[in-house]
Amino acid sequence: MLYESVIGLEIHIQLNTKSKMFCSCSNDIWKKPPNSLVCPTCLGLPGALPVPNKEAIKKVQLLGLALNCTLNKNSHFARKNYFYPDLPKGYQITQFSDALCEKGRLETSFGEVAIRRIHLEEDTGKSMYTKDETLLDFNKSGVPLAELVTEPNITSAAQAVEFCKKIRELARLLGVSNADMEKGNIRLELNISLRKEGEKALPNYRVEIKNINSFKFLKNAVAYETKRQEELLKAGKEVLQETRGWSESGKKTVSQRKKEMENDYRYFPEPDIPPLEFDEKYVGMLKQELSQVLFYKDKNISEASFEKSKITKEKITYSMNDENELSKLVKEVIAENPAPVSDYRMGKENALQFLIGCVMKKTKGQSNPKMVLDIIKSLLE
Amino acid sequence: MLNNFITLKQILEGYKKKEFTSREVFASFYDKINERDPIIKSFITKLSLEDLTLNDFSMPIAYKDNFSTKGILTTAGSGILKDYIPPFNATVVEKLRNSGFVCIGKLNCDAFAHGTTGENSDFFATKNPYSLERTPGGSSSGSAAAVAAGFVPVATATDTGGSIRLPASFTNTVGIKPTYGRVSRYGIIAMTSSTDSIGHITKTVWDNAFVLNITAGHDPKDATSSCDKTADYLSDIEMGMAGLTIGIPKEYLKGLSGGIKDCFNSSIKTLEKLGAKLVGVSLPHTEYAINAYYIITPSEISSNLARFDGIRFGTTRESFGSEAKRRIMLGTYSLAAGYYDDYYLKAQKARTLVIKDFKRVFEKVDVLAAPVSPGIPPKLGEVVNDPIKMYMMDTLTVPANLAGVPALSVPAGFVNKLPVGIQFIGKNFSEKLLYRVGHAFEQETKYRSPKR
Repeated sequence: MLYESVIGLEIHIQLNTKSKMFCSCSNDIWKKPPNSLVCPTCLGLPGALPVPNKEAIKKVQLLGLALNCTLNKNSHFARKNYFYPDLPKGYQITQFSDALCEKGRLETSFGEVAIRRIHLEEDTGKSMYTKDETLLDFNKSGVPLAELVTEPNITSAAQAVEFCKKIRELARLLGVSNADMEKGNIRLELNISLRKEGEKALPNYRVEIKNINSFKFLKNAVAYETKRQEELLKAGKEVLQETRGWSESGKKTVSQRKKEMENDYRYFPEPDIPPLEFDEKYVGMLKQELSQVLFYKDKNISEASFEKSKITKEKITYSMNDENELSKLVKEVIAENPAPVSDYRMGKENALQFLIGCVMKKTKGQSNPKMVLDIIKSLLE
Repeated sequence: MLNNFITLKQILEGYKKKEFTSREVFASFYDKINERDPIIKSFITKLSLEDLTLNDFSMPIAYKDNFSTKGILTTAGSGILKDYIPPFNATVVEKLRNSGFVCIGKLNCDAFAHGTTGENSDFFATKNPYSLERTPGGSSSGSAAAVAAGFVPVATATDTGGSIRLPASFTNTVGIKPTYGRVSRYGIIAMTSSTDSIGHITKTVWDNAFVLNITAGHDPKDATSSCDKTADYLSDIEMGMAGLTIGIPKEYLKGLSGGIKDCFNSSIKTLEKLGAKLVGVSLPHTEYAINAYYIITPSEISSNLARFDGIRFGTTRESFGSEAKRRIMLGTYSLAAGYYDDYYLKAQKARTLVIKDFKRVFEKVDVLAAPVSPGIPPKLGEVVNDPIKMYMMDTLTVPANLAGVPALSVPAGFVNKLPVGIQFIGKNFSEKLLYRVGHAFEQETKYRSPKR
């Protein structure tokens, strides 16, 4: 009997805003001395209150728009109540119903992945365990996170990895996150179950897997877990609904929490933050901003890959091949676009695409992009 | 002449005329504190006069102990925070400080403001200056008692379900529960985030309006604070109430003890005499308010008190008092999966109906007048062990909290020699009108004669 994997992903994306989610502490926490970027709000001191960061909200919405999500006109924050030493308020401010973004999709080479929602929440602090004590660092407490949740319609490790890579690229393109896996800017969780090939209904269980810190781990965890579940099912056994963690050293998943030990988080609307409302004008402005970003950063990834394939497939002839004439136009473009030029000099390859686009526009598409590229490079180096 | 230093207005006028120095003013208040506070027991923390930095126009103030005061012990009346010294000031504390108020101490209250008599303080019970065997009301027990006893001209307080108006009415003082969002909650140790209103207790309506002029306004640190412009709460205070329509809600007259009813009826006559037009009105969902409140409040409390987890604040959750524990358990239950819809959500629906009641009635009347408490101040020990009885003391104050509307409690006479208050309730952001009505009533009745 053949089985098919049913995989859903939860991706936490640390936003690269200037300040934290609910206070004015700096969000630039990488390698900062422990507890050096804290205030009454992100320490959860009695009486301190959260004020939502507009930039973080906007960044999640930009990401959502780029992923074809619907932006909710009415949204709100909620409290997720649970106890943990690095959760200073005893609850996390997150979203439950009415997330900022819902019902999106992203194309992969294995088919479309449906996105259930993207919501905004605050990160917790960090616990560090020594032999006989736990140390707490609250720098990370209150860092804004976008949590993207897919529908369980991913069918393989390869598709999961491709999806995550595309999300990473998109986050960088949009400038919403530095998307550096090694710095924990992107954190992955997956849920996985198996069904008989050809069946449509979702299995009656799911296993969540945490502690996935890289695309390699993701691939390995899916492979291991598929095999584990398949063996159980083939032997006529049930797969327990539980949370497991990926152990890279053991190259296996390890049970962490059974279903009956699941928390009841007692979500309720966060009374310290009024409901959020977004009007047409605001959404229109976001869409305009997104199109500008995508134009400047050269299209969104799906279109970009589509275009590349078009170029290789079709044989195109260019009528505008006078090198002197092209150099003149390139010089004009360089003079007209100081910001992308300096971006390129700072190492942003995307800026180059933008400059090429400008030259192509001036020649009404009749110049050879390869030639233009070479001229720009020679003039800028 | 120092014995006449009772109100802020008198102090300010004295300073202008150079009749006395700020040090003399402070010393006279300290004399009263030293003489009587060992009996009344309103202060948890007293700063010594020598340590205060005074200028020519400094005015004394004391804060309810749930206001964060930088460098000064802030317990919220709870043993859990018996050693907690905040590293920051509440916005209101900062504003008052910048306006010349100097903190002389922190005032007792029910732990985390849970209570109606002050007896849920984890430290000690405060006594009513009008009758030492009775409570001054709660949860702002210390604030009301300290102002009534003349220890300070003004004390800040919080009103989540009546915690300013009830003690003000029990101690012959003036208490404002501002519109929700009118005064910043930043730095006030939260009880119920969605109904906590930050106000104060004074001897007179004028003093009360003077202080709201300082504390009201938008705070960028409190997302629920209103951006609406504040008014000058003193500018119309002398305008009287002739021509105003005052509604008397029939639901607020049920279950009043005999003396309270008589007292309220005579207050109504005063309002008529002052030229107000009185109309009977109905707020039909009032009876559901207390039930909804005692679901929403514990729900939020169960979450707000979660941060006192024993990791950073010294003592463990074992040391919560029994009322805090009771509310944590009730709230945890009503938010739990499977119960949320039947309790929390239903309570929020009832709350919406209460809000609509007020909206509808304020299309017809300018202000509502009602008793503050159905009875007189209970004796110490009389209700503290009977939670339901204690909760029922809030029946006439809670609706305004659920709706967010402002209410002002003003002295309305005495029953069995014990003070009784009347509350004027207005629509959102109508504090200016409430002060106008309250001042006219106060000037006509002068129930607040210098006490003793």
